[in-house]
Amino acid sequence: MKTPENLKYGKTDEWVKMDGNIATIGISDYAQDQLSDIVYVEFNKDVDEAVKKDEVLSTIESVKAAGDVISPVSGKVLEVNEGLSDKPELLNDDPYEKGWVCKVEISIPAEYDALMSAKEYESYCAGRH
Amino acid sequence: MFIPHTEFERQEMLKVIGKDSLESLFSDIPEKYRFPKLDLPPALSEMEALQELTELADANNSCDELICFLGAGAYNHYVPAAVDMLLRCGDFFTAYTPYQPEISQGTLQAIFEFQSLIANLTGMEVSNASHYDGATACAEACISAYHHFRGKRTKILISPALHPHYSDTIHTYLGAIDKIEIADKSENIQIDSPQFLVEQVNENTALVIIQYPDFLGRIMDFTNLGKAVHDAGALLAVAVNPIALGLLKPPSEFGADFVVGEGQPLGIPMSFGGPYLGFFATRNELIRKISGRIVGETIDGKGNRGYVLTLTAREQHIRREKATSNICTNQALMALAATIYMSLLGKSGLRKVAELCYQKAHYAAEQIAKIPGYKVNKDWVFFNEFVVEYPADPKIINDFLLHEGVLGGLDLGDYYPEEKNKVLFAVTEKITRGDIDILTNLLQEVGND
Repeated sequence: MKTPENLKYGKTDEWVKMDGNIATIGISDYAQDQLSDIVYVEFNKDVDEAVKKDEVLSTIESVKAAGDVISPVSGKVLEVNEGLSDKPELLNDDPYEKGWVCKVEISIPAEYDALMSAKEYESYCAGRH
Repeated sequence: MFIPHTEFERQEMLKVIGKDSLESLFSDIPEKYRFPKLDLPPALSEMEALQELTELADANNSCDELICFLGAGAYNHYVPAAVDMLLRCGDFFTAYTPYQPEISQGTLQAIFEFQSLIANLTGMEVSNASHYDGATACAEACISAYHHFRGKRTKILISPALHPHYSDTIHTYLGAIDKIEIADKSENIQIDSPQFLVEQVNENTALVIIQYPDFLGRIMDFTNLGKAVHDAGALLAVAVNPIALGLLKPPSEFGADFVVGEGQPLGIPMSFGGPYLGFFATRNELIRKISGRIVGETIDGKGNRGYVLTLTAREQHIRREKATSNICTNQALMALAATIYMSLLGKSGLRKVAELCYQKAHYAAEQIAKIPGYKVNKDWVFFNEFVVEYPADPKIINDFLLHEGVLGGLDLGDYYPEEKNKVLFAVTEKITRGDIDILTNLLQEVGND
């Protein structure tokens, strides 16, 4: 399981990469592995729409389950990864790069600070079995 | 009664779970409620029961004996003998909705053929495996549209000329969702619905649902409505009579996003209202939001043709709270009946049935219009149903007809109080010229009283 050091992680298996005040959000390697083959991605928020922490950004369906991508931060949606509509498998193949889900301009930096580090997330996942 | 387990097997199972008797499984239920005394008459033998049921059944008049001019959603079409014959093959007749679908290849193939035929008939890209009836299919179109806009568009606009039962079912399905506003003005049924609806469409409209031909049998041009609905960013659902599509241009040509309807006319007897069949077709783009299942054709590891459940995205076994609808059962046996019917008739056969319905209905309307006191609106373009204004209370006239072996049309006053003395007539290919003569003679006779 990959958990890049430069990212922070939420308890519902989202990762966040900060660039200035822009958060790129995706799902972790652990999450994609649990879901297995992902076949459909739906965006529940439109570009320019406000999002609050813990709201659903996107719904992901795999061959065995459907799961939500829950926003770990509050702010405004700047961009969604339209490429996932045609190629949902990017979430399985490349969850931390090509498989990003949304970009959000954050409004409450403390929410980001409160997320888990890679190490904390790894031990959090280890404790789930 | 057939009980599959032997006493030995029951004892074995009880031993495994650590119980000493079957009764002890029900110990949580207070004893006085466990075996309540039922107030039932003495048991009848099979022969006696059959006699009693036959007597009850004989008290009904069926459309095998009556000349039927009643329609309004259920139609007395001819059902070829092969439909029932094939339907009763044990492999199809006893099978329930496939929970372990891929071992039921025959059932899946039948559903696949049904979907292909419905997609062809409606001119749409994709059809699901069916619903309970036309009303359910209409409600499912509303739910799909609501979810398509993720609850951001909250108005469902129902044509005043949609079947009142379909409208009722939509209210039942969606009425409890506070956010949804269902707009239907059933008191305005006579209104020229396309323009009336165009004026009401706005940026909050999720779906406009119309009927084609409409509840009064009229055929209208919905081209402008389709355009207005899409200009407002909304979706259009069209409830159709599938037989009429043998003759009319498919709703896809005026922009339907959903084509739904009652499949009973396709080889299913009227049977006092059920079981019927709902069909539901849409565009590829919307399939993630539809309920039910879609069967697809593929090849197995050895290159043999096979069938699979390609999509059940919004069914409850994926994850219940994410389901668009929790209806998983499709009407597989009724869908098979429609599949056999459509296959037997083919494109030209269906067109022939539609032409016969159209021509006989128009002949009947002309003949009725000639009788003093009876009015038929000549301006309406219709398929096989039309409205007749009676010179007196339809209850009296229809009672007289029934007494003479003729089932008259639907008294519209029962649904729309302002449509007093107006009756909706339906004519199918089973009606002969002689039947129409009998009807017109009787109408003339009772009209003179």
